[in-house]
This record gives sequence, C-alpha cells and structure tokens, in this order.
Amino acid sequence: MAETSFDMVVVGGGPGGYVAAIRAAQLGLKTALVEREHLGGICLNWGCIPTKALLRSAEVFEHMKHAGDFGLTAKDIGFDLGKVVQRSRAVAKQLNTGVGFLLKKNKVTVFDGHGRLTGKGGLHVSANGKGIADLTAKHIVLATGARARSLPGLEPDGKLVWTYKEAMVPDVMPKSLLVIGSGAIGIEFASFFNSLGSDVTVVEVLPRVLPVEDEEISAFAHKAFEKQGMTIHTGATVKSLKKAADSVTATVEKDGKTFELTVDRVISAVGIVGNVEDIGLEDTAITVDKTHVVTDEWSRTGEPGVYAIGDLTAAPWLAHKASHEGVICVERIAGVPGVHPLDKALVPGCTYCRPQVASVGLTERAAQERGHEVKVGRFPFIGNGKAIALGEPEGLIKTVFDARTGELLGAHMVGAEVTELIQGYGIAKTLETTEAELMHAVFPHPTLSEMMHESVLDAFGRVIHV
Amino acid sequence: MPIQVLMPALSPTMTEGNLAKWHKAEGDAVSSGDVLCEIETDKATMEVEATDEGVLGKILVPEGTAAVPVNQVIALILEEGEDAASLDAVVAAMPPPAAAPAPAPEAAPASAPTPAAAPAPAPAAPAASAAPAPSPRPAGERIFASPLARRLAAEAGLDLAAVAGSGPHGRIVKRDVEAAVAAGVAAPAPAAAAPAPAAAPPPVAPEGAAPYTEVPHSTMRKVIAERLTYSKQAIPHYYLTVECALDTLLELRGTLNDKAGDDGVRLSVNDFIVRAVALALAKVPAVNASWGDDAMQIYERVDVCVAVATPNGLVTPVVRDAARKGLAAISTEVKELGARARDGKLMPEEYQGGGFTVSNLGMFGIHEFAAIINPPQAGLLAVGAAEKRPVVKDGALAVATMMTCTLSADHRAVDGAVGAQFLQAFKGLIEDPLTMLL
Repeated sequence: MAETSFDMVVVGGGPGGYVAAIRAAQLGLKTALVEREHLGGICLNWGCIPTKALLRSAEVFEHMKHAGDFGLTAKDIGFDLGKVVQRSRAVAKQLNTGVGFLLKKNKVTVFDGHGRLTGKGGLHVSANGKGIADLTAKHIVLATGARARSLPGLEPDGKLVWTYKEAMVPDVMPKSLLVIGSGAIGIEFASFFNSLGSDVTVVEVLPRVLPVEDEEISAFAHKAFEKQGMTIHTGATVKSLKKAADSVTATVEKDGKTFELTVDRVISAVGIVGNVEDIGLEDTAITVDKTHVVTDEWSRTGEPGVYAIGDLTAAPWLAHKASHEGVICVERIAGVPGVHPLDKALVPGCTYCRPQVASVGLTERAAQERGHEVKVGRFPFIGNGKAIALGEPEGLIKTVFDARTGELLGAHMVGAEVTELIQGYGIAKTLETTEAELMHAVFPHPTLSEMMHESVLDAFGRVIHV
Repeated sequence: MPIQVLMPALSPTMTEGNLAKWHKAEGDAVSSGDVLCEIETDKATMEVEATDEGVLGKILVPEGTAAVPVNQVIALILEEGEDAASLDAVVAAMPPPAAAPAPAPEAAPASAPTPAAAPAPAPAAPAASAAPAPSPRPAGERIFASPLARRLAAEAGLDLAAVAGSGPHGRIVKRDVEAAVAAGVAAPAPAAAAPAPAAAPPPVAPEGAAPYTEVPHSTMRKVIAERLTYSKQAIPHYYLTVECALDTLLELRGTLNDKAGDDGVRLSVNDFIVRAVALALAKVPAVNASWGDDAMQIYERVDVCVAVATPNGLVTPVVRDAARKGLAAISTEVKELGARARDGKLMPEEYQGGGFTVSNLGMFGIHEFAAIINPPQAGLLAVGAAEKRPVVKDGALAVATMMTCTLSADHRAVDGAVGAQFLQAFKGLIEDPLTMLL
C-alpha cells in the first residue's frame, strides 16, 4: 500500500490542480494528486489545446484557399476530417504524457481515481466503484473543474446534438450546423466548421456575440463572422429541438416571432456547471452557489483545511485563472511571504475564432459604470504595415485609460494573432503602468505590436499612423 | 536603502555554497568590479565581484560559513550619502533565513501555518516607514514604486517616503497609496482630512455634481466618525502650542543608539516624546483626567495612547503605566503595539482606556496641527515634524532642530494655565532630555 498521509492532496488534475500540486511539492509539501480520468484535465485533453490544433488546421486551410492572393498556386485543395481530428488527439496525448512526467519529476504521488471528502482531512479514493485508498491531509484542494451546461429541451445526445466533446472528434462533416451560444467555446467551433465549409448558424440569447467582450469588439467580430458566411441571430432563443434520423429542426424565437431551422448537427455551448457532485461536499460547511463552490480570496471554503480553485469556483472560468489561483492558494498555505490574492482584472481572456479576440481588464462600459472618466484609444489593423504584409488588414486594438490617473484600465483586441499580443498589456497592467511608460516603450518595427503603441497614443490624441 | 549583496548561484543547479573568504572588510570602499569575497562549492571556487559602488556597510555572513543558501543576503553596501544607521533597519526588516521559500522537505510541512495562523494579508510594513515616529527614509534613498502609485501619491500630495510598500520586494503599489491616503484621512488632523475642492475631478453631470463611487462604512470608520463628532461637538477644545529645541535630544539619542549595539533597542524621537508626556503628566496630574457628569476623574496611573494609522483607520494602542517605564521599554512596546495595530491584531484591552493621547504626523512633514481630543480623555498632544529652523540664540540668528507641539485640551477639565504648566514641563524634559533618564 502506498503512502496515505500527506501535507496536501489535490483533487483534480487539470490546469488548476496539477499546477497547484507541482507548486506545493516545490515548496516542500508532501503532495498527492487524485485524478479520475486524464491528467491535464479538460483544458489539455478536451478543451483549450485540442481545439487549438483543430483551429490551426482550419487556419492553414483558409490560407490554402487564398493561396492566389499571395501569388501561390494550390490545386485540388481539401481536407481529411479524420486526419485533422487525429492530429488534434495526438497533440493532446503528447501533452497529457508530459503532465504525468512533470508530476513524477516533482515527486507528486498520483492516484488514478475519484476523490471524495470524508471529513477531518480525510479523502476516500475509488476507481470503478471500488475503494483504492483512504488519504489524510492537512490541506485538501478541490480542483474538480466543470462540464458543459445542459438546458431543458436542448439536452445533448452526443449524436445529433453535440457538446464540445463530440464537436472535437466529429465523425462526419456536418453540411449545416447550429451553434447555440456565442461565448468562447461556441464561437471557436462555429469558426472551425465554417472554415471547413459548414453552413453555420449561431444563436445567442444576449444582444451580442462574445457577450463578455467590449461592445465595439463584439460588433467588429459579428461583422467579420457574417462576412465569412455565418448566420448570426442575437437576442434569440432556441425553444426546442426536433430530431430526425440525421438532422435536427430547431425552433428559434427572436423579437417575439418564431422560425424553424433544419441542420445536420447542433452544438450546445450554453455555459458550464461546476463538478460539485459526489465529492463529499454534503456533510461539510462548504457553500455551493449555482453549482460553484464559494471561496474567499485565498480559495478557502467554509470547511477548515479544504480549498477550492479553478472552474469549480467563481468566474472567470479559464485555465490560466485556475493555475494562478492554485499557486496563490498553495503559497499562502506554505506561508510564502508577500503573496497577494488574485486580481481578476488582471486575467486576460483569449478566443481563437477567426478573427481572434483577446482582452484584459475593464471594457469601456464597465469602466464608465465604475465611475471612471475614461480616455479611449483605437488603432485599426489597416494602418499597420505588418498586418498588410501578412494579408490580415482587418482588426482593431482598443485601449481604455482612466483620464485622471492614466491607469490602463483595459485593452481589447480583435484581429490576427491578438491572442499572442494581449500579454503585453497584461504585464503593463500588473506593473501598474500609466500611459506615460507605454508611450515611452519602444515597440519593434515591423510588428503587429506597434498597434498596441499606436492605440495608447490615440487615447491621448497623439496617434501617428491614422 | 543599502544595496543587498546576495549569495550567487555559480551554476544553475547550485542551491548553497560556502563563504570561503572576504576580500573586503566593513568600512572599505567598494567600486564596481572589485572582488568582494570568494565562494566555494563542491565543484569550484569563484570570486564574487561588486556590481555597485559604495562602502561595504555590513558583512552578514562571516567567512568560513558553510552551506549558505543561494540568494541569502550576505552583505550590505551603503551608497553615497547613506549613513550606517540605515543598515539596522534593513537587517531588522530582513526575513529570517528559515522563512525563505524552498525549505527542507521535512521542515516545511511542520512549519506550514494553518490559514488561521498564516500571516495577515495586510501589508507587512517595515516598522520604520509607517510607524508614528518622525523617521522618514534617509534623503536620497531610492524608493521603489509603480508608475501608477507615484502618480496617485503626487495627486494626493503624499510623500512616498512615508508609505510602506506591499508589492514584490517591498515595491509601493496602488493599494499602498490608497491605504496611506485613507489612513491619513483617518488621523485626527482636520487639515489632512479635508480634500481640497479644487482637486476634485471635473464634473461630468450637467448639474455640476462630481462623479463619485460609494465605499460602504466599516465598523471602524463608523466608530471613528461617532467618537470624533461627539468630541468636537461636546468638548470645548482649546489649543496651546509650544516649540521645542531638539538638538540635545537628538545628540543623546545618537549616543544611546550607538551604545545599544546591534542587539539593543533603537530609540526614535517619538519614544522620547511618549516618555516626556508620561513624566509631564505625572508632574501635572490634573491633565491626566476625564470630565465626568458629577465628578472629575483623576487617573492614578499614567496610561498614554499612541495614535497609529492603519489601512483600516486610526487606532490608539495604550502604553500602560508609561511614567514608570524607561525609554527602551517604551520603544519596544510602541513598536510592538504599532505593528500589531497595523495587522489588525490588537486585543481590546490594548487599545481601550488611556488618559492622554500622542498623535505624531511629523513623518508626513506636517509642521504643526491641532487634533481632536480622544474622548473621554481631557488632552491630546499633536506633534509636528522635527526640522531645522532659524532661531534667535543669545541675540543672534542660529539654526536649530525644532519641533512644534500643540496641546488640545478639554476646558471643562483642564484650565488654560494648567494646560500651559503641562506643556512647560513637557518642553523642559524634551530640551533637557537627561532629566527624563532619571
């Protein structure tokens, strides 16, 4: 029998859990990790990473379709869906193995099973219904993540109505597709299938696509998606789904009127729910609010010695938020000096649709609602040499400053490679830079990043290239 | 702030090494490129070169020490213009080696505190920077602050030297400035509290109302508001101001601190003030009193409150029986109470009661101020900055270090002449500080 007494046990091996476990081990805590399915969690196996592999295939395919624009010739272009999916799975597999190696290297003991709190620092681990270990730990970190939300009447069946999981390994290429929900997950799949030739319709209940983004960015992306051939209905609700043998007819309500839409497949991407079931929360002082565990700023739950991080807890539900939260939680427990709670205004968000969308901090409207008098800068991709050379002239970089203090409140981007650019503003915000340092910083030419400079200049009436 | 010389890593895998030999002694001038010391590992011996200029102020790890962890501070270099006194503050502020990350695997779990016992998230302020003592950082010391923090401080008219940093490596960040501004407002100094109307952001509403955000009152805020409003409305305040020459006291303080050595208590000017207030109260006991509806309460013991600005507001921990405590005892107690006050960890009996309060805003460069009495006490001494001023001495103009103190007194309990006697006694002790060593 393996060791069963630990300083820390982490339940869940996703980007929150495995990072927390490695950090705990680095700090000298005797650490175990309990994972019921895949090391790396949804992110690495069924989320962030494999979708990026799929979207990369779609992007290369887009380039091939436009080879002529670059003076290149490509004949008989096409794709093999099976091989596209196969590549995506291979990428996930490679990283999954990598996480196992990292945990081993850091001497984290891994238990393959389902963890359940038993009270007083106890955790029962079972696999296939059989108990395999009873662990005790001074500190237990719950990082069990989340799964797709299912709405009544629109329940996924895995065949005609998909969640992200089936959409990631499609057996057939749907000629037509309905995507319900235009958050990051929905819109990325909409982009992928649209690029590969599906006739894609997106239905969003809120008044705009990518509803958490800045309104201007949403509007920009909306136009771009429509230009690519997507049909988008905002402020609309899917009332019911009627399934036939190989198609689904959806009843959609918009502006008080209903219409029907028949498609090959439906993807339901209407949010997530926390995995709070069967982990032993019932007999504890832990509070659950709308399927998410309530914690304080140090990830402490109502139960002494039990912590919760990542998608299991409050938004934003992002892998990098989970990892960072895990590190802070563990460092706090280990008594590392100078640890501060996570500032959620510093968590960037990236969506890998075409064009990409990325942001950090407050939207213009949120800043105004919080009482800031704002200065807003904008710079379009069309004014940037590198964007033109890349053949990516569509996009926008928007910055929001506090007019009084010059604090960078938020940055919002849409266009090619913006997911790689946003971190520049992330660092700026973390270092509490004002417009003065951003104006003073030298941005290399020719790069897309020059637009980040120009957007700041524009906010203060000093833009050069428009 | 003196430059810290860290134990270098001679290879990516090195975690500790031996300090074989020092090539420089304390007090030696050091310029960039000079060999400071030799480090040896099981693989190699290597010379450590200075990257900064100055004077080797203090060697913290003597030669021949084995197994010195990488990144431990091994010496301090004083930059030009820094005096040796700043070394002690740095040494005192340094975490003990055991608190460093990456402890030994066995030791860490045992010492890992439970959340309840974990250090409070409140900024762990180095005592020197925010303590109610007129000890701003030495001139020319570099202050690390984020650009936004600098701009907010400039806007609020706040001297960053008086702000404790809670960011990485003690860097002053936005929240520290906000806390300092809030604490300044909380201090019983009406002048500091009133935001100048001219500084308000320009109105956006057509009616001319300035935009604002609402910050709900904490319990502490409500108590401060209630007590001080009561005080200012119910107590007939009057004010007496006196100037004290500090040069003799500063000289004595220097001598005592030099004699105290590395392990001794370092006295601040504020410690002398608290002691002088206590002795003056013992001499003029009518000031150590409270007005009661039916009778005057004359306290039989001298308990002096010391106002401390904390991120949450003003608190006044009490030094009990202060007239019977020596300078060192007062100093230790004030430091300890102040630190716990800022961490919000005072027990009620540590801030309740007291017969008289000392409020010192000298570290903010406040010349003089008149404070609101801390009820039910009958008096409060508001202490301004120690600063060099022109004075007339023996009929000629001279320069002396002066400090202006203003007594706020409750006229119901303390008549003007009695208040003046108290200030006279206080001034006498401050200007002839040897008498307070008795």
